[in-house]
Amino acid sequence: MSLIVAEGIVKTYATGTVRVEALKGVTFTIDRASFVSFIGPSGSGKTTLLNLIGALDRPTSGGLLVAETDVGRLDRRAAAVFRGQTIGFIFQEFNLVPVLTAYENVEYPLLLVQRVPAPERRQRVLALLEAVGVADQGDKYPEQLSGGQKQRVAVARALVTNPALVLADEPTANLDQANAALVMNTMRRMRDASGTTFVFSTHDPRVVAAAEIIFRLEDGRLVGREEKGAVA
Amino acid sequence: MSTLVKIAVRNLARYRRRSLLTASLIAIGVIAVVVFQAASAAFTGLMVGQMTDALLGHLQVHRRGYIASIDNLPLTLTLPANDVAAIEDVLRASPGVEAYSRRLKFGGMFSNYTETTSIRLNGVYPGEEARTLPLLASRVVQGTPSLEKGGILVPELLANGMGVKPGDTIVVIATNREGSVNAAQLTVAGVISNVTGPSGRDGYVHIEDAMTLLRMDAPEVSEIAVRLTDISRLDRDASAIRQALQRATATAQSGETEVHTWEGLSPFYNVAVLIDILALSATAGLIAIVLISIMNVMLMSVYERVKEIGTIAAMGTRPRTILGMFLIEGLLLGVFGVLIGDAMAAAIIMAIDAIGPTFNFGRETGLVLSPRLDLAQTLMVSAVVLLVAMVGTVQPALKASRMEPVEALRHG
Repeated sequence: MSLIVAEGIVKTYATGTVRVEALKGVTFTIDRASFVSFIGPSGSGKTTLLNLIGALDRPTSGGLLVAETDVGRLDRRAAAVFRGQTIGFIFQEFNLVPVLTAYENVEYPLLLVQRVPAPERRQRVLALLEAVGVADQGDKYPEQLSGGQKQRVAVARALVTNPALVLADEPTANLDQANAALVMNTMRRMRDASGTTFVFSTHDPRVVAAAEIIFRLEDGRLVGREEKGAVA
Repeated sequence: MSTLVKIAVRNLARYRRRSLLTASLIAIGVIAVVVFQAASAAFTGLMVGQMTDALLGHLQVHRRGYIASIDNLPLTLTLPANDVAAIEDVLRASPGVEAYSRRLKFGGMFSNYTETTSIRLNGVYPGEEARTLPLLASRVVQGTPSLEKGGILVPELLANGMGVKPGDTIVVIATNREGSVNAAQLTVAGVISNVTGPSGRDGYVHIEDAMTLLRMDAPEVSEIAVRLTDISRLDRDASAIRQALQRATATAQSGETEVHTWEGLSPFYNVAVLIDILALSATAGLIAIVLISIMNVMLMSVYERVKEIGTIAAMGTRPRTILGMFLIEGLLLGVFGVLIGDAMAAAIIMAIDAIGPTFNFGRETGLVLSPRLDLAQTLMVSAVVLLVAMVGTVQPALKASRMEPVEALRHG
């Protein structure tokens, strides 16, 4: 059963009189519980594609179903609700809310997005902080955490709502070797435990090596698909 | 909601210096308005108190047309005895009336046997006048405030100019309504200080002496000064008395009368209105300060947190939650400013009251300013500031809530 079905996606940006076609008819499917990476040079359309899948942006044309929802037809409010229920995000620069502690950052989507009752919230947050290995850092603010700790908190935040899909844009770009491996291992373990689909966009060979399916993008076109092997 | 408040408080603390500066600016505005309102209310209250409690009463009843000719003190426009009785019935039946005083006002000549000058006099029943003007006795600077028949309270400037003092014998000469001149020898009972306002330099004699001097067969009065139990009900009580007097006129119990409040009798009312306009201007200035400073600081806050807004929007935070987050932040900034401002304004007002600064107004000297914190006014100012803080935050908050997450996340 496919979680993501993309059919001829085109995304065009207009800047003044200049029109830039970031995606030129991309078609693919991604099954549930996959560990997928989109790779390609800068400007190939990786981040644009992740934004479309994440209902942060809408395709100019083509069909895009995510968890059986046509994300291209969602209005602002519906898109926000869809993201809150279905998708977790992990960012290159972690993007933790600086005025919230690690615990509160993980709690945020449950509290202000899904409105989960307090006892259940606490249990889920503590379990995830434990699972990603930062249970002892819960009361620290982001500025008091290392890069690896921040990204693991971000992973916990992305997973705490039990999303069907986690989108991670260059998740290891700001991490050293050891922390990158730790974060990737954490994400794979979480996928194994919860069945959540992980989709990355990356340049990082460490992420590429960890991915089970690799899509290669070039100049807005999908030029290759590889499963559990070397990049084509 | 408590989470939004927590986030707002922490964000204000995160930009501590900027938040403190903005809250201080609001606080200074609040202090300026609240202290000015308290001081101006104390000044106005003092002056109105002097005017109503030592001179005019809260309102006055006259025969129609008397006030238009009051500079001449016309004896042809007095209230005849039957009218006075009807008016007294109305005043006694009015629940808001505490006391009233019948007066016979006239002009005459004042002689100390070597010099003569003009004088304006009020013939009064001393008991009625004392009940209607409780501060009248405090105006007597020499001699006794107790006015007996055969006595006169002489205005201070005239007493100084003519060199008379309590116990001296003087002569008052007056022309009556028919044009015949009469004189009376009176003893100076006391010297009364001048106050700012109409009749502020008048002397006082017993009304029976005035009637004798003016050769009146039946008692007549020029005006009836009225003291109300509650001056804040001035307009309502004046209106009720007017209506009751109109009914008395309609049933021919009395002739046509006019009721004037102190506001219509004293030019100081215009000063009071001017002070109120100044207070309003100060409030308008405060609104401008709050609006500009809050809008400015909240816009800065939004611009500095674009990526953060993009992140929480990406996580599914609804636009109205983001709107609420920033509205609460702006409101809290207003609350901090108001709390600091109100506390400091209260302290300053108490300090001024404790010091008791004195000032002069016209010929009145040594008036003590005793400002009090007006809770209702302070709450009103605080509410206006908070409302304006919200209004000032709306535009930046809307901007934040309407951000496209994909663009916000791209922000450096």
